[in-house]
Amino acid sequence: MFSYYIDLGLRSLRRNAVLTILLVTAIAVGIGASMTTLTVFRAMSGDPIPRKSARLFVPQIDSRGPGAGAEPTDDHLADRLTYIDAMALMKAHAAKRQTAIYASALALRPADPKEKPFRAHVRLIYADFFPMFDVPFLYGHPWSASQDENHEPVIVITRSLNDREFGGLNSVGKLLDLGGKSYTIVGVIDRWEPIPQFYDIGRTPFAGKDDVFMPFTHGIEQQIPIMGSTNCNSDVPVGFDARLNSDCIWGRFWVELPTPEDAAEYRTFLDNYASEQRRVGRYNWPARTQLRDVMTWLKYNHVVPGEVRILILVSFGFLLVCLLNAMGLMLAKLMGRAPDIGVRRALGASRAAIFWQCLVETGVVGLAGGLFGLVLTALGLWAARSLLPSDFIAVTHLDAADVLVALVLGIGSTIVAGLYPTWRASHVQPAWQLKAQ
Amino acid sequence: MELRPILSAMRRNKFGAVLIAVQMSVTLAFLVNSLSLIEQRLAHSARPTGVDEADLFVISTEPVDSLHDPAARESDDVAALRSLEGVTDAYATNDYPLAGGGMAMSVQLTPEQKVGSALTAYYFGDEHTLGTLGLKLIAGRNFTADEIATRTESDIGAISSVIVTKALADKVFPGGDALGKSIYMESDTKSVRIVGIVERMQTPFYGVTGVVSTFAENSTIAPYRYIDKYANYMVRAKPGQRDRVINAAEATLRQMDSERIITIKTLSQARTDAYRGDHGLVALLGAVCVALLAITAFGIVGLTSYWVSQRRRQIGIRRALGATRQAILRYFQTENLMIAAAGAAVGVMCAIALNLWMVRSFEVVRMDNSRALIGALIMLGLGQLAVLYPALRAASIPPALATRGG
Repeated sequence: MFSYYIDLGLRSLRRNAVLTILLVTAIAVGIGASMTTLTVFRAMSGDPIPRKSARLFVPQIDSRGPGAGAEPTDDHLADRLTYIDAMALMKAHAAKRQTAIYASALALRPADPKEKPFRAHVRLIYADFFPMFDVPFLYGHPWSASQDENHEPVIVITRSLNDREFGGLNSVGKLLDLGGKSYTIVGVIDRWEPIPQFYDIGRTPFAGKDDVFMPFTHGIEQQIPIMGSTNCNSDVPVGFDARLNSDCIWGRFWVELPTPEDAAEYRTFLDNYASEQRRVGRYNWPARTQLRDVMTWLKYNHVVPGEVRILILVSFGFLLVCLLNAMGLMLAKLMGRAPDIGVRRALGASRAAIFWQCLVETGVVGLAGGLFGLVLTALGLWAARSLLPSDFIAVTHLDAADVLVALVLGIGSTIVAGLYPTWRASHVQPAWQLKAQ
Repeated sequence: MELRPILSAMRRNKFGAVLIAVQMSVTLAFLVNSLSLIEQRLAHSARPTGVDEADLFVISTEPVDSLHDPAARESDDVAALRSLEGVTDAYATNDYPLAGGGMAMSVQLTPEQKVGSALTAYYFGDEHTLGTLGLKLIAGRNFTADEIATRTESDIGAISSVIVTKALADKVFPGGDALGKSIYMESDTKSVRIVGIVERMQTPFYGVTGVVSTFAENSTIAPYRYIDKYANYMVRAKPGQRDRVINAAEATLRQMDSERIITIKTLSQARTDAYRGDHGLVALLGAVCVALLAITAFGIVGLTSYWVSQRRRQIGIRRALGATRQAILRYFQTENLMIAAAGAAVGVMCAIALNLWMVRSFEVVRMDNSRALIGALIMLGLGQLAVLYPALRAASIPPALATRGG
């Protein structure tokens, strides 16, 4: 029976072609618009490190106090640490793993003298960074904790830089000229581009790109310029050392805490640290502290721009209009077949049979709408990619799940929209219809 | 026009009429809010920077090795750029409008003041800055060569004067008497005097929301000659010569140091980059608006056509009883007008409610309520336009249909 209904459904699609095209287009356009924005949103708000996101935390300390220099964050808590606090936390070693982070850029002089020098993005970190964030290595390995302590000029480079400079060959042990100094390569990481780039969120969290990783301690020793945002309460400090000793905030800090108990302990540790700092006179206010894991941190930083949320809202409003529209057209379509239905009823078809038949027919329309909607989604994503800034749209693509969601959304919403018209159709009075004819 | 028959016909087709009205009100709500957003973003991205964007470009350079005398390199570079044919003027700075990031300071009237009177972007410049950028001085004077201090990462010279924008001057001194006043900016202990006021100069920040959007035109030019390994030179070309000057400038700088890294960006490009997100949103929302209107219009065409086909016999009878084609046409037009009016009335309320909710949840600026009324008119017009085709078809139903009985 089901296949007969499907056959009837397909026949009726063909019969009133204009209405069918209107119907399918309405559903497809609605699905296309909402799926496009949903895919973009999913890519942007995804978990960049799913296996560990609940175990990685950013500690925050209210080192700036209330008042003039209040932070633009939601809870007015500084989103970075002062160098003094970052070093104190590093030294305390209260977490399983920890790293301070800052960003810089250095001129890279290629080994091939024919190539022009270019600007390489440098991330200054501690060795714990690599195991903490599950960074995959293609060649070599991270530098050691003792190399951190000795401020050694060692680096780990990315696969793309390795491809560019060493033709993709194992470059471990080779030297690289950065900012006029020689650095020994100890490792090459494989493709690793967490989206969004959560570990040092900058102005463009979806385009953050590293070329080189270098020991933080070496960067401080060599006074490698600190880039990214720096906020100071009082006079801007003059010189690198003054900046280190100032109340300016500029460093990122991450800790790995494997269990909830560890996290609870670390919170206590942070509170104790803040109270201690207040006792020794660094703060004259009760310094709040906070510990946020990856997903909370991304939300706190408003990584997904408001524009995307607006687009989602508008596109779902649009889907709603499309479905209301489909409902009306469906009513017209099914009621247009009232004479047919009357004959079928007179010949003995039950109300339920008519209901099911019409429902299958709406399902077929929904399926067609869903399929066409997928094509429109692909088109919409292409348009979004070319219209919006690259850092706005991460790698968005349609996967099997999206196809499934679109089809289910298409069939499901069409059936819901078609319920009332279907119910009306199944209540057609056979006698009236036969008499009218 | 007799409304009673329309009403009683509508009662028999309640569901369809309500459906169209609801669809129109939802369309109206989203249309109006999208249009208001489009309007706001277009206005935001069209704001003037106050500088001569068409002829300006910034050329950034950075040596591969450390420099032993960055000050000398900078003087040489700037002198070479200024002597190029087609260059109006050039100077070295830390930042420029539309750059995206830069320094911001809090302005205080006294050293003790806890909460600043205003926030301001902090640009470094010299006596060539106003001429290079094409800023309009509306009060006071330009810097003189002898008041420019040298500033490096490790040594900030003493300055005693600043030039500010009118927006900042008015914010800090609402009385309009900012010129000659002393304020505290970078230093809490040493004050600087406002010696000049320029009409307009945007900050390097261009966000539509957040803290930066609250001081979009509060800018300060501090008389610093900024010496750093990374140098930014602003260059203004004579009208129409920018692209030629860019090539010459790059060749000249490269001639002086063949290895240096050079990046060039025109202010027009900076504007495109800065507002790409806004323009993308406008394009996408615009497309959704067009699609919304089209879908709603086709929905009306579809349902009305269905009604017409349902009432063929009745229309035929009316025609046979003497109703003119105009009367039939007007019947469907009036019917649609009534449905659309109901939809628009509900829609205006939905639009305002949706806007209030968006303002609360998405940092959207409150829309002008008159926009909802314009949207209502658009919906009424759309309804009339969409109903025209089925109504004309209805009007062309021959009276003979009634006598034929089907």
